[in-house]
Amino acid sequence: MGPIMKVTAQPADTTLTLILDGELDASSAVVLDTELNKPELLHYKKVLIDCQRLSYISSAGLGVFISHLQRLQDSNVKLVFFNMQEKVFNVFEILGLDSLMTIVPTQQEALAA
Amino acid sequence: MQDRIRISCSRQNLQQVRDFVRGFLVSAQRSDLVVNQVVLAVDEVVANFIIHANGEDDNQFLDLLLVLADHHLDIEIEDHGSTLFLPAGKVANPDLRAYIQQGRKGGMGMALVSRIMDQVEFFERNSHTVCHLSKTLP
Repeated sequence: MGPIMKVTAQPADTTLTLILDGELDASSAVVLDTELNKPELLHYKKVLIDCQRLSYISSAGLGVFISHLQRLQDSNVKLVFFNMQEKVFNVFEILGLDSLMTIVPTQQEALAA
Repeated sequence: MQDRIRISCSRQNLQQVRDFVRGFLVSAQRSDLVVNQVVLAVDEVVANFIIHANGEDDNQFLDLLLVLADHHLDIEIEDHGSTLFLPAGKVANPDLRAYIQQGRKGGMGMALVSRIMDQVEFFERNSHTVCHLSKTLP
């Protein structure tokens, strides 16, 4: 079976966009964790997470974002989610994470956030 | 209607579990949001059984049974491993601000399950751990 999560990094000036494609669970979360662990991430002002093709997230996926959030904030790197499917946003809502993380509808709003 | 599946204790099999639950509920014509919530609840419990109760030993296996009668969904996940795994069913709300400050990865799975399902219980049957989840579906 192939990987169920693909992460594509698109750097542009002071912004890094990570495009997520697939399902983020206890098996695939390590792929995202590896990307967010890269030291060069802290050189950007903003890390945007494009969730358009993220079709599923479990607590393991949420945990990866939570575990890196403080480190990013301490380095003045803003983490912004955009293009999130309703069913994925609902998982953030169930735990109340939608009020602790920056989630906006569009890429344009993410760039302006 | 009802259906069942048996999987070995590898986290690679979580996708198969989700596909199974999705297929069952989609055929019962439930909304995308409800299907995803139930899939998530099952995924969380199965991941806990695989990782924490069985140490990802793929010689061990789990049985999953789904039963839908009218609007009432019953789910039974039976762990055939030799170690009893009996976490609390309903759990307290996690302090997410503290989790963020601590950079903590885990500790949210059973909170999600508790908030999604109407009933969550773990019990022992024939020296095995069984998790029963139930929910009245909209």
